[in-house]
Amino acid sequence: MLKTILYRLAQTIVVVFLLVTFTFFAIRAMPGNPFAGDKALSQEEQAALESYYGLDKPVGVQYARFWSNVIFKGDFGESTSMKGRKVSTLVRESFPISLALGLVSITLSICIGIPLGIIAALNHNKFWDYSAMVLAMAGICIAAFVLGPIFQTVIAAKTSLINVAGWSKPTDIILPAITLSFGIAAYLARLTRGGMLDVLSQDYIRTARAKGVPPLTIVSKHALRPALMPAVTFLGPAFAGIITGSFVIETIFLIPGMGQHFVKAVTSKDHTLVLALVVFYGILMGIANLLSDLAITFMDPKLRKA
Amino acid sequence: MADTKIAPTKSQIAKAEKGNSLWSDAFRRLRKNKLAMFGGIVIILILALCFLGPTILSWFDKFEPYTPDFQDKFSKPGEGGVFGKDQLGRDLFARVLEGGQISLTVAILATLITVTVGVIYGGISGYVGKFTDTVMMRIVDGLLAMPFLIIVILFRELITEKVTSAASFLVDKTFLSADIVSRFANLLPLILAIAAFGWLTMARIVRTSAASLAKQEFVEAARSLGLSHTRILFRHILPNMLGPVIIYATLTIPSFILYEATLSFIGLGIQPPYASWGILIKEGAFFLETHFLVLLFPAILFSLTLFSFNFLGDGLRDALDPKSSKD
Repeated sequence: MLKTILYRLAQTIVVVFLLVTFTFFAIRAMPGNPFAGDKALSQEEQAALESYYGLDKPVGVQYARFWSNVIFKGDFGESTSMKGRKVSTLVRESFPISLALGLVSITLSICIGIPLGIIAALNHNKFWDYSAMVLAMAGICIAAFVLGPIFQTVIAAKTSLINVAGWSKPTDIILPAITLSFGIAAYLARLTRGGMLDVLSQDYIRTARAKGVPPLTIVSKHALRPALMPAVTFLGPAFAGIITGSFVIETIFLIPGMGQHFVKAVTSKDHTLVLALVVFYGILMGIANLLSDLAITFMDPKLRKA
Repeated sequence: MADTKIAPTKSQIAKAEKGNSLWSDAFRRLRKNKLAMFGGIVIILILALCFLGPTILSWFDKFEPYTPDFQDKFSKPGEGGVFGKDQLGRDLFARVLEGGQISLTVAILATLITVTVGVIYGGISGYVGKFTDTVMMRIVDGLLAMPFLIIVILFRELITEKVTSAASFLVDKTFLSADIVSRFANLLPLILAIAAFGWLTMARIVRTSAASLAKQEFVEAARSLGLSHTRILFRHILPNMLGPVIIYATLTIPSFILYEATLSFIGLGIQPPYASWGILIKEGAFFLETHFLVLLFPAILFSLTLFSFNFLGDGLRDALDPKSSKD
């Protein structure tokens, strides 16, 4: 247990460090100018901006300064595209939005995907199995960027009950959450079905059946926990990806979350914002991986002893 | 009379002596799987349509995916082409074929790189084992712990300019046609970026089977005969893990098609004017309310392709690996 935690912790530190280093040098090597806005800047203005953001210094100095500011002052700097705004503020404002959307979609996906997978496995090679699996395949193959616009047109624009896009009313979460959960629920259903079928063919399930344990008890007491392991392994990293904002969903539904910030920051070469978001993503990914490791250890008695 | 019936014919004897190889067994199982066969046929049709269609159409001067005709915006299917025209009056059928060609090229080339790198890396790691294995797999773990789309986006941004300048150098210094080079140079950054971080899972799968193969008797026998490690790796280990590699490669193609489309959709993949399915869907989604056909045609072909590759991959898994199949 402690070993798992320490390993993930060490891995996260190394990964975040490498990620930041890669991002730092990558974004400075990219063509284009972070200050090239709507109007052309004069030479002096350009130089003034560069010295304000410290971009006139050698890259190595900038890199060292970035780390010292982050570690000793907790300061990630100011956004170069949205001038005068701290990137930490931007992250603090946008993360709750992505988090809310992510939590709703994850909950929705779990509530749909896992029961669907269990039903499919219990009706193996029968009508419900095939229907559930075709549905799951549709969820994987009909991408969110096809589904989203269709939902917008068919549900939002035709009924005018909910907004087509935007983030002003509480109901605005409904369509993006459904679109987002479609694909995740599909993966969960497939993984749960596979795990369940593996477990149901084990000897101890046959023993339980022979002893006359009711089918529902077999599923809930004996089969469910080990059967959910593949789904849990998938949910860890997926969770990190979802609560930090889906690029596609946030772009389609114009949601001011982290995903949109990242896409905009990359296109406008916003050095500081990209870096801050990457650090945040890396850390969250580490935490999510650790949580899914811990959940797996908790669920599998064999791993707990080791 | 009865005797002649019992005696096996020559062809039956030949068949019995030959036996059933793993691959013929697998193919027999695959043929019974209707969904997988459907997927396979659709894939062949779509590949033929997207790679041969443009050539055939251009013989009749009918392949103009990039020529706008502002007099003829959104004309209906049949009037200005099989699928009609798009928002700039470009032939939608030609655009869907062109887009498919670009999307499939990106996915297939990226998958080929993924397979090559993954097989070599995973094969060495699994075969050598011990400390080398631990270090190599820790590196893979670390890379897998990074957010995939983010590093792909950053990596693509990083290499785009270098690829473009290399392409213009090629056009200047060699006899390669500027058309072909610039078209390929547009795809290459995305292919490389997806492949650069896409080989990790393949390496893991290969490593697992290489490690278990390395312990088997026939490998030991090969070693006691004094064969070199390279020979053992390439002649005895790699051919034996063809199954999992083929299965995973088939399932990788649709996921890479999806990545390409996702990145192009958010504007960080293939750049217009080049059309890929992601770009066509993005443009179509914009006019969905008034002209839904502009979204419908690329979306149908795109989803159908993903369906087919996934069904074929699942079918191959059931056919090649009957132990893990859930039947």
